[in-house]
Amino acid sequence: MSMPVNTMPSSALSAPRLVMGPVLFHWQADYLRDFYARIADEADVDVVHVGEVVCAKRMPFFDRDWPDVIERLQRAGKQVVYSTLALVMGDREVGIIRDLAEMPDLLIEANDFSAIGVLAGRPHMVGPYVNIYNEGTLRYMIERGATRIALPWELPESSIANLCAAAPDVELEMQVFGRVPLAISARCYSARANGLHKDGCRYVCGDTPDGMNVDTLDGAPFLAVNGLQTLSGTYLELSAEMADLHRAGINLFRLSPHRCDMVAIATVYRQLLGGLIGPEEAHQAVLDIAGDVNLANGFLHAIPGAELYRIPGQAQPE
Amino acid sequence: MELVCPAGTPASLRAAVEAGADVVYCGFRDETNARNFPGLNFSRAELAAETEFAHARGTHVYLACNTYPTAGNEALWHKAVDDAVAIGVDAVILADIGLLRYTRDRHPDARLHLSVQASASNVEAIRFYHREFGVRRVVLPRVLSLDEIADLNRQIGVETEVFAFGGMCVMAEGRCSLSSYATGESPNMNGVCSPAHHVHYEERGDATVSRLGDFTINVYGASETVGYPTLCKGRFRAMGKAGYLFEEPTSLDVTSMLPELEVAGVTALKIEGRQRGKAYISQVVGSFRRALDQIAAGQNAVASRLSHMTEGQSDTTGAYRRNWQ
Repeated sequence: MSMPVNTMPSSALSAPRLVMGPVLFHWQADYLRDFYARIADEADVDVVHVGEVVCAKRMPFFDRDWPDVIERLQRAGKQVVYSTLALVMGDREVGIIRDLAEMPDLLIEANDFSAIGVLAGRPHMVGPYVNIYNEGTLRYMIERGATRIALPWELPESSIANLCAAAPDVELEMQVFGRVPLAISARCYSARANGLHKDGCRYVCGDTPDGMNVDTLDGAPFLAVNGLQTLSGTYLELSAEMADLHRAGINLFRLSPHRCDMVAIATVYRQLLGGLIGPEEAHQAVLDIAGDVNLANGFLHAIPGAELYRIPGQAQPE
Repeated sequence: MELVCPAGTPASLRAAVEAGADVVYCGFRDETNARNFPGLNFSRAELAAETEFAHARGTHVYLACNTYPTAGNEALWHKAVDDAVAIGVDAVILADIGLLRYTRDRHPDARLHLSVQASASNVEAIRFYHREFGVRRVVLPRVLSLDEIADLNRQIGVETEVFAFGGMCVMAEGRCSLSSYATGESPNMNGVCSPAHHVHYEERGDATVSRLGDFTINVYGASETVGYPTLCKGRFRAMGKAGYLFEEPTSLDVTSMLPELEVAGVTALKIEGRQRGKAYISQVVGSFRRALDQIAAGQNAVASRLSHMTEGQSDTTGAYRRNWQ
């Protein structure tokens, strides 16, 4: 059966596009419906991801809403991408992945090798949870049908430059805003912190909609827990690097949703891409919108990911 | 079940062979393997000599080349695979897709094992690696329960190897950037986790503080044994409570489950610890050798009495029991 897939013309020099990544957290269904409605109506983004990435146990809460959400986003002119689970275990979750092959008309983001296997030969996207560290792996993915690839978060800029040079024929994406997924486990740490097990978790991950803050014993912010997933305590913020990334060949920039005003966040990055504001102004605006958070960009600069590297000559605000 | 044992140095390789290992696994002395620690691993000449030693005693040798090649520098990993095949190791343990393809194309007769660092946790992922690269064995990530492992073995035509003893990742292996978040160096890129040159200890009155990079990983009272600050085994504060949020400083020990693992269809048991010394290797390998021989003879395996060898001197069966999750 032929699979019409909504892909855009690709070129390293194509206009940069903004992407609203999948919601990683367990937000209440009402809030999530309102979030996507507002993104459809108001957010100046080109692409919107849907789907549950972190925990299959959350899926029943929103499964019946996705068709309406997808339709609304598409009517608003957004390209919709369906993101798959990052960690697939057991027959039930494998069944969810096998069903993807029957899903028509949507670009699917494969976040593990079960999804890559199932989607082989059909145009698809490879997500940032898949380890693409070098040219050989990148080329393999393209030959297998990947039309867009989101690069892993921990890559330094030298690797990104090499990967971009090796793949002028594919769309490359990087996250530029939001907490960075650092690890995934079979164990639920939200449940564990509440004295529960995964099987009887009471969905306590929903109590911390931007992740549960994890501090060191000295009281320093460090990480954030989101059920099976561990995220950075800091928010990634790459406004100072986006122009160079685009010149290197990154043409999609992902904003990872948080409970702050994501429409306003999208506006900041759109203005930055359009040259209406500079990186310093964008950085400060992001800080104002995101609230009481620390920003970081260390991975890209080959230093600890938790750190904020100040590019010489750019006066970045605290 | 085959007993696959760690060898960080030629001396520990010989100790493992003499203690009854069916297989020893090792790596070259660089970032091509996931135990890239100072003073550890093998030169080409050492691997050639020790492979000859092992083969003469009926023991197989596997070479781990299981980090992710760096963009712009893939040749270093290609050369590691080429040299291992030329030396005549019995299998190469790989994680990266590009490297799997290179090896399949360049060395079609080489036996390929999928490293735990590839984190293939389900039947479709394993079939993918088998179909695409002819992978013959998968080292399963330490996220699966015994029931899930048995289900997998019923559905795949690929051997499985599981971790039996030693340090325990609580995260899906090969998909964890916690170490590089704190130190800039990661298992995937550098072959290290929570590397020693980013570790320091501070005395604060009676307390000892262990730090990794800029972050406090634990604070020990005067009566507590100070441990190494592996990031995910640290004590942190969340929801107003301090504790071992991810995992206690504990080690995996499946001795009590060996008959169940055999029934579940597992081909091989892996002992972690290429960073460990000769004495440790002799004792742990010897203990597992006896337990496996007892089971093969139809007897109950005698408890290993290895708890004094384990990290924090406590042990767990980890994710193999579902209540761990």
